[in-house]
Amino acid sequence: MPVIEICGPGCSRCKILAERADEAAKSLGLDYTLTKVTDMPQIMARGVMTTPAMVVDGVVKIQGQIPSVEALAALLGGKN
Amino acid sequence: MTNETDSSESAITIPIVTEPRNCCGGGGCAPKHEPRKGSRFLKQGGWLIIALPLWFVIYRYLQPFADYLTSSVFGLDPASHLGSAVAFFLYDSPKVLMLLALVVLGVTFIQTFISPERTRDILAKRAGAWSNLLASLLGIFTPFCSCSAVPLFIGFVRVGVPLGATFSFLVSAPMVNEVALFMLLGLFGWKIAGLYAVTGVTIAFISGWILGKLKMERHLEAWVMEIPYNAQTASDYKMNFTNRLYAAIQGVKEIVGKVWPYILVGIAVGAFIHGYVPEALMARFMGKGAWWSVPLAVVIGVPLYSNAAGVMPIVQALLGKGAALGTVLAFMMAVIGLSLPETIILRKVLKPTLIAVFVGVVATGIMLVGYLFNFIL
Repeated sequence: MPVIEICGPGCSRCKILAERADEAAKSLGLDYTLTKVTDMPQIMARGVMTTPAMVVDGVVKIQGQIPSVEALAALLGGKN
Repeated sequence: MTNETDSSESAITIPIVTEPRNCCGGGGCAPKHEPRKGSRFLKQGGWLIIALPLWFVIYRYLQPFADYLTSSVFGLDPASHLGSAVAFFLYDSPKVLMLLALVVLGVTFIQTFISPERTRDILAKRAGAWSNLLASLLGIFTPFCSCSAVPLFIGFVRVGVPLGATFSFLVSAPMVNEVALFMLLGLFGWKIAGLYAVTGVTIAFISGWILGKLKMERHLEAWVMEIPYNAQTASDYKMNFTNRLYAAIQGVKEIVGKVWPYILVGIAVGAFIHGYVPEALMARFMGKGAWWSVPLAVVIGVPLYSNAAGVMPIVQALLGKGAALGTVLAFMMAVIGLSLPETIILRKVLKPTLIAVFVGVVATGIMLVGYLFNFIL
Protein backbone atom coordinates (compact mmCIF):
# COMPACT_ATOMS: atom_id res chain seq x y z
CA MET A 1 0.00 0.00 0.00
CA PRO A 2 1.87 3.08 -1.20
CA VAL A 3 1.97 6.10 1.09
CA ILE A 4 1.90 9.21 -1.10
CA GLU A 5 2.87 12.53 0.44
CA ILE A 6 2.61 15.87 -1.34
CA CYS A 7 4.99 18.40 0.17
CA GLY A 8 4.48 22.14 -0.15
CA PRO A 9 3.32 25.17 1.80
CA GLY A 10 -0.15 24.91 0.25
CA CYS A 11 0.13 27.04 -2.84
CA SER A 12 -1.84 26.48 -6.01
CA ARG A 13 0.94 24.42 -7.59
CA CYS A 14 0.90 22.01 -4.66
CA LYS A 15 -2.84 21.58 -5.01
CA ILE A 16 -2.54 20.76 -8.68
CA LEU A 17 0.14 18.16 -7.99
CA ALA A 18 -1.99 16.60 -5.23
CA GLU A 19 -5.03 16.38 -7.50
CA ARG A 20 -3.05 14.83 -10.31
CA ALA A 21 -1.31 12.33 -8.03
CA ASP A 22 -4.70 11.34 -6.67
CA GLU A 23 -6.10 10.87 -10.16
CA ALA A 24 -3.06 8.89 -11.27
CA ALA A 25 -3.20 6.58 -8.26
CA LYS A 26 -6.92 6.02 -8.81
CA SER A 27 -6.39 5.25 -12.48
CA LEU A 28 -3.94 2.52 -11.48
CA GLY A 29 -6.42 1.10 -8.99
CA LEU A 30 -3.87 1.40 -6.19
CA ASP A 31 -4.75 0.92 -2.57
CA TYR A 32 -3.03 4.10 -1.36
CA THR A 33 -3.07 6.93 1.13
CA LEU A 34 -2.43 10.51 0.08
CA THR A 35 -1.54 13.21 2.58
CA LYS A 36 -0.37 16.77 2.26
CA VAL A 37 2.70 17.83 4.22
CA THR A 38 2.65 21.57 4.76
CA ASP A 39 4.86 21.96 7.84
CA MET A 40 8.27 23.24 6.75
CA PRO A 41 10.45 21.17 9.15
CA GLN A 42 8.47 18.09 8.11
CA ILE A 43 9.09 18.89 4.44
CA MET A 44 12.80 19.40 5.08
CA ALA A 45 12.99 16.16 7.09
CA ARG A 46 12.03 14.32 3.91
CA GLY A 47 15.01 15.83 2.14
CA VAL A 48 12.86 18.07 -0.06
CA MET A 49 14.20 21.48 -1.04
CA THR A 50 11.98 22.54 -3.92
CA THR A 51 8.22 22.40 -3.68
CA PRO A 52 5.84 21.01 -4.76
CA ALA A 53 7.27 17.57 -4.18
CA MET A 54 5.88 14.04 -4.19
CA VAL A 55 7.28 11.50 -1.74
CA VAL A 56 6.24 7.87 -2.06
CA ASP A 57 6.98 5.49 0.81
CA GLY A 58 9.63 7.90 2.07
CA VAL A 59 11.39 8.23 -1.29
CA VAL A 60 11.44 11.63 -3.02
CA LYS A 61 9.96 11.05 -6.48
CA ILE A 62 9.39 14.59 -7.71
CA GLN A 63 10.72 17.99 -6.66
CA GLY A 64 9.57 21.30 -8.09
CA GLN A 65 7.73 19.80 -11.05
CA ILE A 66 4.09 19.16 -11.88
CA PRO A 67 4.08 16.25 -14.34
CA SER A 68 1.00 15.13 -16.26
CA VAL A 69 -1.36 12.54 -14.82
CA GLU A 70 0.04 9.95 -17.24
CA ALA A 71 3.62 10.65 -16.15
CA LEU A 72 2.59 10.43 -12.49
CA ALA A 73 0.83 7.14 -13.14
CA ALA A 74 4.01 5.81 -14.75
CA LEU A 75 5.99 6.89 -11.68
CA LEU A 76 3.53 5.40 -9.23
CA GLY A 77 3.27 2.20 -11.26
CA GLY A 78 7.06 1.86 -11.10
CA LYS A 79 7.44 1.81 -14.87
CA ASN A 80 9.47 4.97 -15.24
CA MET B 1 6.27 7.59 -21.84
CA THR B 2 6.47 7.78 -25.57
CA ASN B 3 8.91 10.08 -27.16
CA GLU B 4 7.94 12.29 -30.04
CA THR B 5 11.25 14.05 -30.23
CA ASP B 6 11.86 13.86 -33.96
CA SER B 7 8.47 15.09 -35.06
CA SER B 8 8.24 18.23 -32.97
CA GLU B 9 11.88 19.28 -32.85
CA SER B 10 11.24 22.21 -35.18
CA ALA B 11 8.83 23.70 -32.70
CA ILE B 12 11.65 24.86 -30.46
CA THR B 13 13.71 27.31 -32.38
CA ILE B 14 13.25 30.25 -30.08
CA PRO B 15 16.13 32.32 -28.83
CA ILE B 16 15.90 31.81 -25.14
CA VAL B 17 17.46 30.97 -21.87
CA THR B 18 15.84 30.55 -18.45
CA GLU B 19 13.36 30.72 -15.44
CA PRO B 20 10.14 32.52 -14.60
CA ARG B 21 8.83 33.58 -11.29
CA ASN B 22 6.51 30.66 -11.71
CA CYS B 23 5.21 30.97 -8.26
CA CYS B 24 2.25 30.07 -6.28
CA GLY B 25 -0.40 32.61 -5.54
CA GLY B 26 -3.55 33.32 -7.50
CA GLY B 27 -3.12 30.84 -10.28
CA GLY B 28 -5.39 27.91 -10.68
CA CYS B 29 -4.96 28.24 -14.38
CA ALA B 30 -3.21 25.01 -15.15
CA PRO B 31 -5.88 22.59 -16.22
CA LYS B 32 -6.48 19.62 -13.98
CA HIS B 33 -7.30 17.20 -16.73
CA GLU B 34 -5.70 16.74 -20.05
CA PRO B 35 -8.01 15.93 -22.92
CA ARG B 36 -8.02 12.20 -23.37
CA LYS B 37 -9.09 12.14 -27.00
CA GLY B 38 -7.58 13.44 -30.19
CA SER B 39 -4.24 12.81 -31.76
CA ARG B 40 -1.57 12.07 -29.23
CA PHE B 41 1.00 14.01 -31.18
CA LEU B 42 -1.14 17.14 -31.37
CA LYS B 43 -1.99 16.86 -27.71
CA GLN B 44 1.64 16.67 -26.75
CA GLY B 45 2.52 19.95 -28.37
CA GLY B 46 2.61 19.14 -32.09
CA TRP B 47 0.24 22.06 -32.66
CA LEU B 48 3.15 24.35 -31.90
CA ILE B 49 4.54 23.64 -35.38
CA ILE B 50 1.57 25.60 -36.76
CA ALA B 51 1.22 28.03 -33.88
CA LEU B 52 4.77 29.37 -33.85
CA PRO B 53 4.95 30.60 -37.47
CA LEU B 54 1.47 32.04 -37.03
CA TRP B 55 2.77 33.84 -33.95
CA PHE B 56 5.43 35.62 -35.99
CA VAL B 57 2.97 36.62 -38.72
CA ILE B 58 0.47 38.09 -36.25
CA TYR B 59 3.23 39.81 -34.27
CA ARG B 60 4.40 41.63 -37.40
CA TYR B 61 1.01 43.08 -38.19
CA LEU B 62 0.05 44.26 -34.72
CA GLN B 63 1.04 47.90 -35.28
CA PRO B 64 -0.90 48.52 -38.51
CA PHE B 65 -3.86 46.70 -37.04
CA ALA B 66 -3.85 48.83 -33.86
CA ASP B 67 -3.53 52.02 -35.93
CA TYR B 68 -6.39 50.93 -38.16
CA LEU B 69 -8.61 50.19 -35.15
CA THR B 70 -7.80 53.53 -33.52
CA SER B 71 -8.30 55.79 -36.51
CA SER B 72 -10.82 54.00 -38.70
CA VAL B 73 -12.93 52.00 -36.27
CA PHE B 74 -12.89 54.31 -33.24
CA GLY B 75 -12.41 57.46 -35.31
CA LEU B 76 -9.73 58.90 -33.03
CA ASP B 77 -6.97 61.22 -34.13
CA PRO B 78 -3.66 59.38 -33.49
CA ALA B 79 -2.03 62.70 -32.63
CA SER B 80 -4.53 63.50 -29.85
CA HIS B 81 -3.95 62.52 -26.21
CA LEU B 82 -6.75 59.98 -26.23
CA GLY B 83 -5.93 58.60 -29.66
CA SER B 84 -2.29 58.14 -28.80
CA ALA B 85 -3.14 56.42 -25.50
CA VAL B 86 -5.68 54.12 -27.17
CA ALA B 87 -3.29 53.22 -29.98
CA PHE B 88 -0.58 52.45 -27.42
CA PHE B 89 -2.92 50.18 -25.49
CA LEU B 90 -4.26 48.35 -28.55
CA TYR B 91 -0.79 47.74 -29.87
CA ASP B 92 0.96 46.95 -26.63
CA SER B 93 -1.52 44.58 -25.00
CA PRO B 94 -1.36 41.85 -27.65
CA LYS B 95 2.33 42.52 -28.22
CA VAL B 96 3.40 42.13 -24.60
CA LEU B 97 1.12 39.14 -24.02
CA MET B 98 2.35 37.36 -27.14
CA LEU B 99 5.95 38.08 -26.31
CA LEU B 100 5.40 36.86 -22.78
CA ALA B 101 3.86 33.59 -23.99
CA LEU B 102 6.78 32.92 -26.32
CA VAL B 103 9.40 33.83 -23.72
CA VAL B 104 7.80 31.70 -21.02
CA LEU B 105 7.52 28.76 -23.41
CA GLY B 106 11.20 28.90 -24.27
CA VAL B 107 12.43 29.71 -20.80
CA THR B 108 10.40 26.98 -19.10
CA PHE B 109 11.58 24.46 -21.65
CA ILE B 110 15.22 25.32 -21.03
CA GLN B 111 14.64 25.29 -17.29
CA THR B 112 13.64 21.67 -17.33
CA PHE B 113 17.36 21.02 -17.78
CA ILE B 114 18.28 22.84 -14.57
CA SER B 115 17.17 22.21 -11.01
CA PRO B 116 17.86 24.07 -7.75
CA GLU B 117 19.16 20.78 -6.33
CA ARG B 118 21.91 20.61 -8.92
CA THR B 119 22.77 24.27 -8.45
CA ARG B 120 23.03 23.61 -4.72
CA ASP B 121 25.35 20.65 -5.20
CA ILE B 122 27.58 22.64 -7.56
CA LEU B 123 27.83 25.50 -5.05
CA ALA B 124 28.41 23.25 -2.05
CA LYS B 125 31.95 22.54 -3.21
CA ARG B 126 32.99 26.19 -3.56
CA ALA B 127 34.26 28.87 -1.25
CA GLY B 128 35.30 32.50 -1.36
CA ALA B 129 34.43 35.10 -3.97
CA TRP B 130 34.14 32.47 -6.71
CA SER B 131 31.23 30.92 -4.91
CA ASN B 132 29.48 34.31 -4.95
CA LEU B 133 30.09 34.83 -8.63
CA LEU B 134 28.99 31.31 -9.53
CA ALA B 135 25.89 31.62 -7.34
CA SER B 136 24.97 34.93 -8.99
CA LEU B 137 25.31 33.43 -12.46
CA LEU B 138 23.45 30.23 -11.61
CA GLY B 139 20.73 32.38 -10.06
CA ILE B 140 19.80 33.66 -13.51
CA PHE B 141 19.10 30.25 -14.95
CA THR B 142 17.89 28.21 -12.01
CA PRO B 143 14.12 27.96 -11.65
CA PHE B 144 13.16 29.73 -8.47
CA CYS B 145 9.83 30.32 -6.84
CA SER B 146 9.62 32.59 -3.83
CA CYS B 147 7.33 30.10 -2.07
CA SER B 148 10.32 27.72 -2.05
CA ALA B 149 12.65 30.38 -0.66
CA VAL B 150 12.69 28.96 2.89
CA PRO B 151 13.41 25.30 2.10
CA LEU B 152 15.85 26.44 -0.56
CA PHE B 153 17.70 28.65 1.89
CA ILE B 154 17.93 25.86 4.47
CA GLY B 155 18.87 23.30 1.86
CA PHE B 156 21.71 25.47 0.58
CA VAL B 157 23.10 26.34 3.99
CA ARG B 158 22.85 22.81 5.33
CA VAL B 159 24.81 21.12 2.58
CA GLY B 160 27.59 23.64 3.11
CA VAL B 161 26.99 26.37 0.54
CA PRO B 162 28.62 29.47 2.09
CA LEU B 163 26.11 31.91 3.55
CA GLY B 164 27.39 34.67 1.27
CA ALA B 165 26.91 32.52 -1.84
CA THR B 166 23.42 31.60 -0.68
CA PHE B 167 22.61 35.30 -0.51
CA SER B 168 24.13 35.93 -3.91
CA PHE B 169 21.76 33.28 -5.24
CA LEU B 170 18.77 34.70 -3.37
CA VAL B 171 19.43 38.15 -4.82
CA SER B 172 20.20 37.03 -8.34
CA ALA B 173 17.38 34.50 -8.76
CA PRO B 174 14.51 36.97 -8.51
CA MET B 175 16.33 40.12 -9.64
CA VAL B 176 17.86 38.82 -12.84
CA ASN B 177 14.61 37.31 -13.95
CA GLU B 178 15.04 35.48 -17.23
CA VAL B 179 11.52 36.26 -18.38
CA ALA B 180 12.26 39.95 -17.79
CA LEU B 181 15.59 39.53 -19.56
CA PHE B 182 14.04 38.19 -22.74
CA MET B 183 11.11 40.58 -22.59
CA LEU B 184 13.63 43.42 -22.46
CA LEU B 185 15.48 41.86 -25.36
CA GLY B 186 12.28 41.67 -27.39
CA LEU B 187 11.04 45.14 -26.48
CA PHE B 188 14.20 47.25 -26.27
CA GLY B 189 17.03 45.29 -27.84
CA TRP B 190 20.15 43.62 -26.58
CA LYS B 191 21.86 46.65 -25.07
CA ILE B 192 19.29 47.28 -22.38
CA ALA B 193 18.80 43.55 -21.81
CA GLY B 194 22.55 43.12 -21.45
CA LEU B 195 22.88 46.04 -19.06
CA TYR B 196 20.13 44.59 -16.95
CA ALA B 197 21.74 41.14 -16.76
CA VAL B 198 25.26 42.38 -16.09
CA THR B 199 24.31 44.91 -13.43
CA GLY B 200 21.90 42.46 -11.75
CA VAL B 201 24.58 39.79 -11.52
CA THR B 202 27.07 42.35 -10.24
CA ILE B 203 24.73 43.51 -7.48
CA ALA B 204 24.05 39.89 -6.47
CA PHE B 205 27.76 39.07 -6.52
CA ILE B 206 28.84 42.04 -4.42
CA SER B 207 25.90 41.97 -1.98
CA GLY B 208 26.45 38.28 -1.28
CA TRP B 209 30.17 38.80 -0.89
CA ILE B 210 29.63 41.64 1.62
CA LEU B 211 27.04 39.62 3.54
CA GLY B 212 29.46 36.70 3.65
CA LYS B 213 32.24 38.92 5.00
CA LEU B 214 29.97 40.26 7.74
CA LYS B 215 29.84 36.80 9.36
CA MET B 216 26.11 36.84 9.86
CA GLU B 217 25.72 33.15 10.80
CA ARG B 218 24.57 33.99 14.31
CA HIS B 219 21.66 35.94 12.86
CA LEU B 220 20.05 32.85 11.42
CA GLU B 221 17.06 31.47 13.25
CA ALA B 222 18.16 28.49 15.35
CA TRP B 223 15.93 25.92 13.66
CA VAL B 224 17.72 26.41 10.35
CA MET B 225 20.73 24.48 11.62
CA GLU B 226 18.84 22.21 14.04
CA ILE B 227 16.10 20.51 12.05
CA PRO B 228 16.90 17.12 10.59
CA TYR B 229 17.73 17.45 6.92
CA ASN B 230 19.12 14.79 4.66
CA ALA B 231 19.44 16.29 1.20
CA GLN B 232 17.94 14.32 -1.66
CA THR B 233 19.44 15.29 -4.95
CA ALA B 234 17.35 14.01 -7.75
CA SER B 235 13.85 12.90 -8.37
CA ASP B 236 12.67 9.86 -10.28
CA TYR B 237 10.84 11.89 -12.86
CA LYS B 238 12.72 11.28 -16.09
CA MET B 239 12.76 14.24 -18.39
CA ASN B 240 12.37 13.42 -22.05
CA PHE B 241 11.36 15.76 -24.85
CA THR B 242 7.65 15.14 -24.36
CA ASN B 243 7.86 15.90 -20.64
CA ARG B 244 9.88 19.06 -21.21
CA LEU B 245 7.45 20.33 -23.80
CA TYR B 246 4.59 19.49 -21.49
CA ALA B 247 6.23 21.47 -18.69
CA ALA B 248 6.80 24.42 -21.05
CA ILE B 249 3.18 24.54 -22.21
CA GLN B 250 1.97 24.22 -18.62
CA GLY B 251 4.29 27.06 -17.68
CA VAL B 252 2.74 29.31 -20.32
CA LYS B 253 -0.79 28.48 -19.19
CA GLU B 254 0.10 29.01 -15.56
CA ILE B 255 2.04 32.25 -15.91
CA VAL B 256 0.14 33.98 -18.69
CA GLY B 257 -3.12 32.84 -17.10
CA LYS B 258 -2.08 34.39 -13.82
CA VAL B 259 -0.45 37.64 -14.88
CA TRP B 260 -2.53 38.89 -17.81
CA PRO B 261 -4.74 41.17 -15.69
CA TYR B 262 -1.66 42.79 -14.17
CA ILE B 263 -0.14 43.26 -17.58
CA LEU B 264 -3.28 44.95 -18.86
CA VAL B 265 -3.27 47.27 -15.84
CA GLY B 266 0.42 47.94 -16.45
CA ILE B 267 -0.26 48.73 -20.10
CA ALA B 268 -3.18 50.99 -19.17
CA VAL B 269 -0.86 52.93 -16.84
CA GLY B 270 1.73 52.94 -19.60
CA ALA B 271 -0.85 54.15 -22.14
CA PHE B 272 -1.86 56.99 -19.81
CA ILE B 273 1.77 58.06 -19.41
CA HIS B 274 2.25 57.75 -23.15
CA GLY B 275 -0.78 59.85 -24.06
CA TYR B 276 -1.07 62.38 -21.27
CA VAL B 277 2.15 62.90 -19.32
CA PRO B 278 4.18 65.65 -21.00
CA GLU B 279 7.82 64.90 -21.65
CA ALA B 280 8.97 68.01 -19.81
CA LEU B 281 7.28 66.81 -16.64
CA MET B 282 8.84 63.37 -16.97
CA ALA B 283 12.26 64.88 -17.50
CA ARG B 284 11.87 66.93 -14.35
CA PHE B 285 10.87 63.98 -12.18
CA MET B 286 12.70 61.07 -13.74
CA GLY B 287 15.38 62.73 -15.81
CA LYS B 288 19.09 62.62 -15.13
CA GLY B 289 19.07 66.00 -13.43
CA ALA B 290 16.81 64.89 -10.59
CA TRP B 291 19.29 63.27 -8.20
CA TRP B 292 16.57 62.20 -5.79
CA SER B 293 14.66 60.27 -8.43
CA VAL B 294 16.84 57.14 -8.06
CA PRO B 295 16.29 56.60 -4.32
CA LEU B 296 12.65 57.53 -4.82
CA ALA B 297 12.30 54.91 -7.55
CA VAL B 298 13.72 52.29 -5.18
CA VAL B 299 11.55 53.37 -2.25
CA ILE B 300 8.44 53.18 -4.43
CA GLY B 301 9.58 49.97 -6.11
CA VAL B 302 10.29 47.78 -3.07
CA PRO B 303 6.77 47.56 -1.58
CA LEU B 304 5.25 47.38 -5.07
CA TYR B 305 5.20 43.72 -5.81
CA SER B 306 4.79 42.84 -9.41
CA ASN B 307 5.98 40.07 -11.58
CA ALA B 308 8.58 40.89 -14.17
CA ALA B 309 6.08 40.91 -17.02
CA GLY B 310 3.70 43.34 -15.35
CA VAL B 311 6.34 45.99 -14.90
CA MET B 312 7.49 45.88 -18.55
CA PRO B 313 4.80 48.13 -20.06
CA ILE B 314 5.48 50.77 -17.41
CA VAL B 315 9.20 50.59 -18.11
CA GLN B 316 8.44 50.95 -21.79
CA ALA B 317 6.27 54.03 -21.33
CA LEU B 318 8.74 55.68 -18.94
CA LEU B 319 11.67 55.15 -21.28
CA GLY B 320 9.62 56.33 -24.25
CA LYS B 321 8.84 59.57 -22.47
CA GLY B 322 12.45 60.35 -21.76
CA ALA B 323 12.90 59.07 -18.22
CA ALA B 324 16.57 58.36 -17.46
CA LEU B 325 17.62 54.76 -18.05
CA GLY B 326 19.35 54.40 -14.67
CA THR B 327 16.25 55.53 -12.81
CA VAL B 328 14.00 53.19 -14.75
CA LEU B 329 16.40 50.27 -14.28
CA ALA B 330 16.54 50.95 -10.53
CA PHE B 331 12.77 51.04 -10.37
CA MET B 332 12.43 47.77 -12.25
CA MET B 333 15.03 45.97 -10.14
CA ALA B 334 13.47 47.22 -6.92
CA VAL B 335 10.04 46.00 -8.02
CA ILE B 336 11.02 42.52 -9.11
CA GLY B 337 14.19 41.93 -7.09
CA LEU B 338 13.34 43.14 -3.63
CA SER B 339 9.82 42.25 -2.76
CA LEU B 340 8.01 42.67 0.50
CA PRO B 341 6.32 39.22 0.40
CA GLU B 342 9.65 37.48 -0.12
CA THR B 343 11.22 39.42 2.73
CA ILE B 344 8.38 38.33 4.99
CA ILE B 345 8.88 34.70 3.91
CA LEU B 346 12.62 34.94 4.63
CA ARG B 347 11.90 36.26 8.12
CA LYS B 348 11.26 32.61 9.06
CA VAL B 349 14.94 31.83 8.63
CA LEU B 350 16.65 35.19 9.17
CA LYS B 351 16.61 37.33 12.29
CA PRO B 352 15.50 40.97 11.86
CA THR B 353 19.08 42.32 11.86
CA LEU B 354 20.03 40.09 8.96
CA ILE B 355 16.85 40.93 7.05
CA ALA B 356 17.61 44.63 7.47
CA VAL B 357 21.22 44.23 6.35
CA PHE B 358 20.11 42.11 3.39
CA VAL B 359 17.52 44.63 2.18
CA GLY B 360 19.87 47.54 2.90
CA VAL B 361 22.81 46.10 0.95
CA VAL B 362 20.71 45.14 -2.05
CA ALA B 363 18.81 48.44 -2.14
CA THR B 364 22.10 50.32 -1.98
CA GLY B 365 23.41 48.24 -4.88
CA ILE B 366 20.33 49.02 -6.96
CA MET B 367 20.70 52.74 -6.26
CA LEU B 368 24.37 52.71 -7.21
CA VAL B 369 23.46 51.07 -10.52
CA GLY B 370 20.82 53.73 -11.10
CA TYR B 371 23.27 56.55 -10.47
CA LEU B 372 25.99 54.88 -12.51
CA PHE B 373 23.83 54.68 -15.62
CA ASN B 374 22.41 58.13 -15.21
CA PHE B 375 25.95 59.38 -14.91
CA ILE B 376 27.65 57.56 -17.80
CA LEU B 377 24.85 57.51 -20.38
